[in-house]
Amino acid sequence: MRKLLLMIIGGCVFASLHAQPTFPVNGVGDPRSTCYAFTHATIVRDGQTVLSDATLVIREDKVVSLGSNVTVPADAVVIDCKGKYIYPSFIDVYADYGIPTPQRPQGGGFFGPQQLTSNQKGAYGWNQAIKADVEGVRLFTTDDAKAKALRELGFGTVLTHQRDGIARGTGTIVTLATEKENKVVLKERASAHYSFNKGSSGQSYPGSMMGSIALLRQTYLDAAWYKNNPSVEGVNLSLQAWNRNQDLPQFFEAGDKWNAVRADRIGDEFGVQYIIKGGGNEYQRINEMAATKATFILPLNYPQAMDVEDPNDARFVALADMKHWEMAPGNAAAFEKAGIPFCLTTADLRDPKQFLPNLRKAIQYGLSEAKALEALTRTPAKLLGIDNITGTLEQGKLANFFIASGPVFDEKTIVLQNWVQGMKFGVKEENWNDTRGQYSLSLQTAQGISGYTLDVKGMNAVNVIGRDTITGKFSHDGKMIKLSFAPDKKSKGQYRLSGVSNGDSWSGYGVDSAGNKLTWTATLKSATAAKTDSARKKDMVKAGAVTYPFLPFGWTDKPKQETIIIRNATVWTSDAAGKLENTDVLVKNGKIAQVGKNLSDPGARVIDGTGKHLTPGIIDEHSHIAAASINEGGQSVTSEVRIADNLNPDDINIYRQLSGGVTTSHILHGSANTIGGQTQLIKLRWGADDEGLKFKGAPGFIKFALGENVKRSSSTQGNQRFPDTRMGVEQVLMDAFTRARDYEKQIKRVTDEQKAKKGAVVNPYSSVRRDLELDALVEIMNKQRFITCHSYVQSEINAAMKVADKMGFTFNTFTHILEGYKVADKMKAHGANASTFSDWWAYKMEVYEAIPQNPAIMHKVGLNVAINSDDAEMARRLNQEAAKSIKYGGLTEEEALRMVTINPAKMLHVDAQVGSIKVGKDADLVLWSDNPLSIYAKAEKTIVDGTVYFDRQKDEEMRRQVIAERNRLVQKMLGEKRSGGPVAPFTPSYQVILNCGDHAHSHGLFTIDMD
Amino acid sequence: MHYRKLLFSAAAAFVFGLSIGRAQDDVYPAKPYNGMLIIKNGTIHVGNGQVIENGTIEVYAGKIRRVGTDIPVPMDDVKVFDARGKHVYPGLILSVSNLGLVEVPTVRATSDVREIGEVNPSIRSLVAYNTDSKIINTVKSNGVLLANIVPDGGLISGSSSVVQLDAWNWEDAAYHADGGMHFRMPTLYNRPNPFAAFLGTQAPAGDPVKRGLEQIEQVKAYFREAKAYAAARDVKETNLKMEAMRNLFSRKQKLFIHCDVVREMLVAVDFVKEFGLDVVIVGGSESWQIADLLKQHNIPVILNQMHSLPNTPDDDVDQPFKTASQLRKAGVLFAINDEDGQHRGKNLPFNAGTAAAYGLGKEEALQAITLDAARILGIADRTGSIEAGKDANILISEGDILDMRSSRVTHAFIQGRHLDLTDKHQQLYERYKKKYELK
Repeated sequence: MRKLLLMIIGGCVFASLHAQPTFPVNGVGDPRSTCYAFTHATIVRDGQTVLSDATLVIREDKVVSLGSNVTVPADAVVIDCKGKYIYPSFIDVYADYGIPTPQRPQGGGFFGPQQLTSNQKGAYGWNQAIKADVEGVRLFTTDDAKAKALRELGFGTVLTHQRDGIARGTGTIVTLATEKENKVVLKERASAHYSFNKGSSGQSYPGSMMGSIALLRQTYLDAAWYKNNPSVEGVNLSLQAWNRNQDLPQFFEAGDKWNAVRADRIGDEFGVQYIIKGGGNEYQRINEMAATKATFILPLNYPQAMDVEDPNDARFVALADMKHWEMAPGNAAAFEKAGIPFCLTTADLRDPKQFLPNLRKAIQYGLSEAKALEALTRTPAKLLGIDNITGTLEQGKLANFFIASGPVFDEKTIVLQNWVQGMKFGVKEENWNDTRGQYSLSLQTAQGISGYTLDVKGMNAVNVIGRDTITGKFSHDGKMIKLSFAPDKKSKGQYRLSGVSNGDSWSGYGVDSAGNKLTWTATLKSATAAKTDSARKKDMVKAGAVTYPFLPFGWTDKPKQETIIIRNATVWTSDAAGKLENTDVLVKNGKIAQVGKNLSDPGARVIDGTGKHLTPGIIDEHSHIAAASINEGGQSVTSEVRIADNLNPDDINIYRQLSGGVTTSHILHGSANTIGGQTQLIKLRWGADDEGLKFKGAPGFIKFALGENVKRSSSTQGNQRFPDTRMGVEQVLMDAFTRARDYEKQIKRVTDEQKAKKGAVVNPYSSVRRDLELDALVEIMNKQRFITCHSYVQSEINAAMKVADKMGFTFNTFTHILEGYKVADKMKAHGANASTFSDWWAYKMEVYEAIPQNPAIMHKVGLNVAINSDDAEMARRLNQEAAKSIKYGGLTEEEALRMVTINPAKMLHVDAQVGSIKVGKDADLVLWSDNPLSIYAKAEKTIVDGTVYFDRQKDEEMRRQVIAERNRLVQKMLGEKRSGGPVAPFTPSYQVILNCGDHAHSHGLFTIDMD
Repeated sequence: MHYRKLLFSAAAAFVFGLSIGRAQDDVYPAKPYNGMLIIKNGTIHVGNGQVIENGTIEVYAGKIRRVGTDIPVPMDDVKVFDARGKHVYPGLILSVSNLGLVEVPTVRATSDVREIGEVNPSIRSLVAYNTDSKIINTVKSNGVLLANIVPDGGLISGSSSVVQLDAWNWEDAAYHADGGMHFRMPTLYNRPNPFAAFLGTQAPAGDPVKRGLEQIEQVKAYFREAKAYAAARDVKETNLKMEAMRNLFSRKQKLFIHCDVVREMLVAVDFVKEFGLDVVIVGGSESWQIADLLKQHNIPVILNQMHSLPNTPDDDVDQPFKTASQLRKAGVLFAINDEDGQHRGKNLPFNAGTAAAYGLGKEEALQAITLDAARILGIADRTGSIEAGKDANILISEGDILDMRSSRVTHAFIQGRHLDLTDKHQQLYERYKKKYELK
C-alpha cells in the first residue's frame, strides 16, 4: 500500500511541469523554464519543407527556433537526433478523447412503449436529441491511457466532443499532454457537432433518417425565430445554445456517402457549410462528394476480409461487400485525386494501433505522402483555426512534435518520443538507438578473460559467435540487457548475464554455468547498415472498378440516351389510339418522337419488335424501394418528413423491378401514423444518384394512413400514442387541418400588417414560427400537394372524406382502399382516385372484406383505378397483377393495362409526361416477349427517357460477370487468410426491405423486413 | 339417384351461379353423386405431361373410368358437361397450407396453427381444420381442390393431413389423414440483425449455427429413442408422442423437413441416411444448388413460393422463378406451392405459370401442382391426374389455368361431386353490383 501511494505521488512530481499560479503548492515550489535542443535531426517542418541535419530548440511549451544554423542556448538540454525524423505532431479532429459517450437505456423498441416527450429536465427544448446545450469542455477530463494510445501514433492535439444526439453541442480542442485539464485545453468552444443519430435519446421522435433531417431543418427555423425572443416560447436553453454555436466550424457526422449528400443538402438550405465526417465508402460516389464542397474527415477503418473458406458461407457474402473490402483503402486517394480537401482521423478504428498500418495501406492505394501529412497537420489546424499555434513547426508555435526512427510512412518506422506542449512522452524509447550490429563481448572471470562476438539482430535476437555460433536468449529494453548462452554447442550449462546499456557500450554482471561470478563488457564494432524500406518498393495496389450503383449489375460506364426505332411491334398505347398492330415507335432525345408504320431515322438503332409487344413503362403508385427509411412513426402527424431527403440509389430492387417493366415508382412514407410524410416520385434510372432518380416536375404528394396501423393495433406492449381508435384518427385529421388553417391565417395577417407599414421588410416568419409540419398541410389545402391515403374499411374512408370536405381539401388518392368498392360512389363524388391491390385479403382484420373484384367495381363506378405493389417483389409482376382484374372483374385487357400505366400517371398528375405511348411523351417503354397481360410475358427491354436501363441479353452477360467477379474476390479473400492477414468471421450480407407494415410476403432469406 | 340427360352449357352455368345473391352460409358442400358423369370435347391436361385434344372423360361413382377421344356418350342417366373450347385439368393441390387453421393471422383467437412446445409429434392439424373458414372457398374457386394442412411451431410441429375442400366437417374433409410429420429445421446460418436494438429484440448469444446443430442432435437423439420405442414388443408406459412417431418409421408417414439453405438440406439428407425415412424438403429456395444430390437421395422438394425475391442481391434477378426448371433438369421430384399471407393460396396456378414461363414448360408446371404434388403427399394412387381409376377431382377452365389472363374455373368436381364455386368474394361482388346496378 505504501509503495502504491509513493508511485502515485511520484507520478505527479514530474507531470506538473508548468504549475498554475492559482493552485497552491503542497511543498516547495519548483518553477522551471526548461530548454531543449534537438540536434542533427531531419525536420519535416510543415509537410513540404524538409530540413536535414537541423536543430529544433524549444523552451517551456513553445518552439524557439529551428533550422540548420541555429545557436543552441547555453541552458539547453541537448538531444542528439542523428538519423531521426522530427514531425509536427498530428491533429485528430474527430476524437472522443476524455468525453464518454452516453448509452441509450435498454428496452422499448419499435413495438414497445413509446416515450413521446423529452426526459431532459429543465428549461430545454422539446426534443431530447437536440443537445446543442452540451459543452464538450465542461465534460472533458484528461485520460492518460487514451492519450497514450493516441500519442503513440504521433498525435498531439485533438478536437473532442460528446458523440451523442442529433445536435451534439460543442467540441473542445485539447492537447494529449497528461496534465491538469486547465493547461491542455487550447480552445474551449472550437466546433459544433451534428449527426442523424439520436443516440441516447429514448424519445420516439425522430425514429427515422428523414425524421432526423426534418428535426434538424425545423430546429434551424426555430432557432432563427427564437432570436427575436418570442414570449410564447419562454426561455429555451437548447435554442439559445444552438444559436450561440452557429459561429463555430460546423461538423456533421455522416458516416456514409449518401448521408454526406443528405447532410450537405441541409447545410445548403440554411447557409451552413458542414465539415463532413465520412464513413469510408465515399469513393463510390466521389463526384457527389466533390459537389458538397465540404472538407471531409476520413476514417481509416477498412473492412476486414471475411472467412469465406466454407462455400456455404461465401455464397451469402455479397459482391458489393467484397468489392468494398477490396477498394476501401483507396478512399483517401480518391479524395486526393478529386481535389477534395480532407483530414484523417483515428475515429471508428477497431484498434487505434491500426492507424499507421492502415495509413500506409492508403498510400499503397495511391494517396501521396505529402497529402497524408497535410491531412494530419495543416488541414485540420486550418479547419479549427489553430494554424497559428500548431500544425507546423515554426517559431512561437506549440512544441508539439514527435521523433521517429525514419520517414513516418515507411513500414518499419517507429515513433520514439512524442513531445506535447514541450513535455516528453516516451513511446518506444528503447528503439532510440539502433542496437543492431557486431559487438565484442568480453567476460572477466576468475580464470581470466574470454571473448565472443555478439551479432545483435534486434531487441530480442542475438547470435553469440565463439567456437560455435549459438543463438542466445536475449532481451534489450533500451536500457537493461539480459543474455544467456551456452559457451559452445556441447556445453549444457549457460552463462547468464545482466547489464546496462549506455548506447554503444554495455557492461554488467553475471554467473557462469558453474555458478561463478563474472563481470562483462560489450562494445560496438560495426553497426548493421539500415536497409532500404521494403514497403516503398511495393507496387500500387490494383483493385476492381467502381460501378454505378455499387452493386452487382451496376454500370461501369453510365448508360446513354439513344435514338431507337422499335419496329413492327404490337403497340399498346394506353391512349385513345388503343392497340396498334405492326407498328413502329421512334424514340429520340428521350421522348417518343413518332408512332406509325415504316418509320426511319438515319441515326437510329433498330430493334425488331416482330411478334413482341410494346407498352408504356409501368407506374407503381405505391412503392417503398430505394429509400433509407420509410416510416416516421414518432408522432401521429409528421407531414414535415420527406422521402426525398433519404432516397437510396443503392437498392438492387431498382434493377429487379426494371426487369419487370417498371419505369416510375411512387415512393411512399409508411403507414405508422395518420399524417405521414411527403412522398417522392422517382424514375428507375439505375445508377443515378438520389437527385438523378427524382421525377422532375412532378407535383408533391403526401402519405396519410387510417385504421389498424395508425392506432398501433400490432403493438405488443399497448399503445400510448393518440389515437387508439378510428374515432381518434378522425380527430387527428380535424385537429391537424384546423391548426394548419389557423396557421395560414396568422401568416396572412402578419404579412398584411407588414405590407401596410411602409418600407418594412415583409417576412411573416419573423414573428410567426415557421412550421414545416403545417406548411405541408397548407399546401394540401391550396392544392399544391396531394394526398395518397392508406385506407381499408368503409367507415374510415367515409370519415376522412367528410373531414376533407369540411376543411376544403380533397383526398387525391386512396391507396390500398380494399373496401373502396363499398363507397365507390362516395369516392367518385369526392373526386378521389383509387390505387389498390389485385387480390390481397385476410392478412389482418381490416381486410377481411377485401375482394379481388374491388378494382373492377371501382372502375365501373367511374373511378380512376390503379393497381399498385407496396411490395418489392410483386412490383416485378404488376402487369400480371393488373391482368387479374380481367379474370375477377371482367375488364378488357386494355383496361387492365391502363391500371398500371396511364391511370396511375393521371392520379399522380404526370399523365402529360408518362403513362401512354403518345408523341411528345417521355420515352418510358417496355418491350415484352408476349402479351403484356400474360403470365408468360417477360420484359426484354425496359427504356426510361430513351435510355435502355434493362436489356435481358445484357443481363445474361452481366450474370456471368457477377459470377466471375465474385469468384475473383473470394479467391482474393482466401489469399488474405492464407497469407496470415486479419480475417473476420463470416457474416452474411443483408438487404433491408422496407415496407408499409402490412406484410407477410416472402422476400428471401437475408432480408430484413422493416416497416 | 337417376338423372335424365342434362347438358350443361359451361358458360351458362357460370353466369347462373353468380347471379344468385347468397350469404356464404348458403354455399353448400355438394352431395355425393354415384351416377355417371361425362365431360366431353375438352382439351384434357392429364397432369402427367400428356394433353388430349377434344377428349372425353367418363366418371362413374366418383371415379374416373375412362379417358380418351373415342368414348361414346350414353343417352340417359348421365350428367354431361360440354367443355368445347375449354381446358380440363386435375384438381390443383396446395401441398403445404394453413387453410382452415388460420383465419386472420393478426387476430390470435382465429389462429390454431402454432402449438406450445418444441416437440409435438402427437399434434394433428386435422382436428382443428375449420371447414367453415371463409378462405377455403376463395381458394377452391381458383381450382384448388385438395390441400395439405400443416401445423407450425417448435422443432417437431406435428402431423399434416390432406383434406378435400368441399366438406361439412373435418371428418368428411379428410382425404389422407396424418400423412406427414413436420420438422422445422433450426436455422443453420448466421443472421445477426443489425436492427435488433431498434426493434427491441435480442438474439441469443453464441454462434447460431452451432446452436442449431446442437438442436438437430437433440432431435436425432429423440428420433433414435422413438425408433427404439416403435421397435419394442411391449411398452410399459404409453408415450403419446412416441406413439405418434410409429408411422414415420414404418414409412406410412413422410417426414417433411422445412429448410432452405444448403447446410440445412444436407442435414435433411443425413436424416434419410440414418433413419431411412421418406423425407420431403419444404422451402428449399436454395435447392437448385444441390439438385443432383437431392436426386441421388430421392428427396423431393416443395417450393413454397415462386414469387419471391432472390436470396442474395448477386443472384440472377429471376432465380426463384427458374428454380423449378433447374430441379426438373436434374430429375428432382418437386411440387410448386403457394404459401403466402396476403392472398392465402389462391394464386397457386399462377405460381406454376411463372415457373412455366421461366423454363419449366406448361404441362410440367401443371404437373408440379397436380400429379407431382400428389406423389409427394402420398396420394398419387387416388388423385393428381386425369387417369382411369383415380378420383374424379377435375376442373374445367375457360382457358389456360396457369395464366390469369384466361384462368377462369367454371366447373369443379371432387370425387365426381359437382361443386358450388361461389365464395365470399363473389358474394360481396354480387351485393355491390346490386348497389351500383352494374352488369
